[in-house]
Amino acid sequence: MINNRLAVNIAGIQMKTPVMGASGTFGFGIEYADFIDVNGIGAIVTKGITPLPRQGNPGVRIAETPAGMLNSVGLENPGLAVFLQEILPKLKIYDTPVIVNISAGTAEEYGQMAKALDVDGVAGLEVNISCPNVHEGGIVFGTDPKAAASVTRSVRENTKKAVIVKLSPNVTDVVQMAKAVEDAGADGISLINTLMGMAIDIRTQRPLLGNITGGLSGPAIKPVALRMVWQVAQAVRVPIIGLGGIVSAEDAIEFLLAGASAVAVGAGNFVNPRAVEDIAAGIENYLQQKKLQNVMELVGKMCIE
Amino acid sequence: MKKLLLEAEIIENSVVIPQVRRMQLRAPEIAALVQPGQFVQVRKKESTVFLRRPFSIADADTEKGTICIMYRIIGKGSAEMAAMNPGEKISVEGPLGTGFSLGEGRPLFVGGGVGIAPLIFLTKRLQQKKPIVLIGGKNKEETFWTKYLEEYADKIYITTDDGSVGQKGFTIQAIPDLLEKNSIDRIAACGPMIMMKGVAEIAARYKKECEVSMEKRMACGIGVCLGCTFEGKITGRRRKVCSDGPVFPAKEVFK
Repeated sequence: MINNRLAVNIAGIQMKTPVMGASGTFGFGIEYADFIDVNGIGAIVTKGITPLPRQGNPGVRIAETPAGMLNSVGLENPGLAVFLQEILPKLKIYDTPVIVNISAGTAEEYGQMAKALDVDGVAGLEVNISCPNVHEGGIVFGTDPKAAASVTRSVRENTKKAVIVKLSPNVTDVVQMAKAVEDAGADGISLINTLMGMAIDIRTQRPLLGNITGGLSGPAIKPVALRMVWQVAQAVRVPIIGLGGIVSAEDAIEFLLAGASAVAVGAGNFVNPRAVEDIAAGIENYLQQKKLQNVMELVGKMCIE
Repeated sequence: MKKLLLEAEIIENSVVIPQVRRMQLRAPEIAALVQPGQFVQVRKKESTVFLRRPFSIADADTEKGTICIMYRIIGKGSAEMAAMNPGEKISVEGPLGTGFSLGEGRPLFVGGGVGIAPLIFLTKRLQQKKPIVLIGGKNKEETFWTKYLEEYADKIYITTDDGSVGQKGFTIQAIPDLLEKNSIDRIAACGPMIMMKGVAEIAARYKKECEVSMEKRMACGIGVCLGCTFEGKITGRRRKVCSDGPVFPAKEVFK
């Protein structure tokens, strides 16, 4: 059922709510079917897919930190072929847009993945140029505007689907990165990916993560994410999917006010597996209280005067 | 199996020994479904820690509609739980994971430390098969588990590091003798990895089927975060401790 108050169109993808499950925290959506109505959410953003299967990083991959967590999973995934043959058909039973998160080693490979995923059942691509846990690809493209633009162009040229580029916060000037990918043909921008961080066990004097460094997520990063969404919203015309530490409707509303047209819930799903649904309900409640007809009336409406 | 998310009332949160607590929760829907070896993820509302905490089920009573976890106070999360009182509510997600296969024949269960907790529930469910339980602990104080096992186990054997009760040494040193003296068809183990590896080696030598229950850092508990995966030695596939396990055939874990 389409709830008009919450319905949004992001980069050409029609969504029932502005709240989606973020890549790497939402599996392929199916895993949450016991907790939420997967048909009722904004979109499923899949675990990051790479051209070939990846084992991910060795050693401990999760460390809890104040108001959040570090991970060094390192893009463990079954690879493009298994995704297309085994996983995508299962997702087609849902009437929910599927946004496939992709990573690759070169701009050409990103393009090849985009082409292979230009198929039925895929609503859009989230181009991951911001994974802090892999050596090749990932963040290499996410910290250099020229490289980011060339990856974006390569994907753009190979698909008719919505192209959403996921930006890293691990840069000096996120606005420059956003403009570069917008100019290269991105239909939307999601930000932020995790902040690079680390933690040490002082009893053993060893790093808590097997990979030493990892990506920080959770409420700890929310103020940084919100600031970046606000800055980028001033500078680009394409819609923004805001994420970073969202665990409540209040958090999500802040991102909307800062200029995001939709939000994604990441680590918050681990704490509350119903978060995506609860947050959408909370936003609707807020819209009712504020007597607003549609969520888009909130987007970028932070009052500065 | 269906997973639930609910606010469960704490019925009991008692001191077992100074660092160990026993928490009984009213969660009839979970009690009705949970199998030995499965776990729940719990979190206090307004907790100062971010993630849920996974605990294996030490007991479930379908008539009373209760589940029981036994936990050691190690960090902030468990300390917060220990400070909670009966009547308060705590968020419970479960039942999660894949438990022990409740196969045929007489089992030997080997447990170390807090890994003994799920073996209580397992022993209770398999009482008819006259399970033998071998537990290991640092000292006499750490063998309190016998109190919860003796009603269901056919025989209980104990090893302690300091020899203050039972046989001095580690559980794995006691297993060959147990296998010689008793008719045992299969083995299940839960405890430190080094203990389970030893159990797995002995089981292979004596050609007994063996299962082990793994523990790894995890965030989600439902197979999405991939924090807890390892490469299966039989299947060659990435296995998730939280959802494919925590219980696996020993050969899948140790080769």
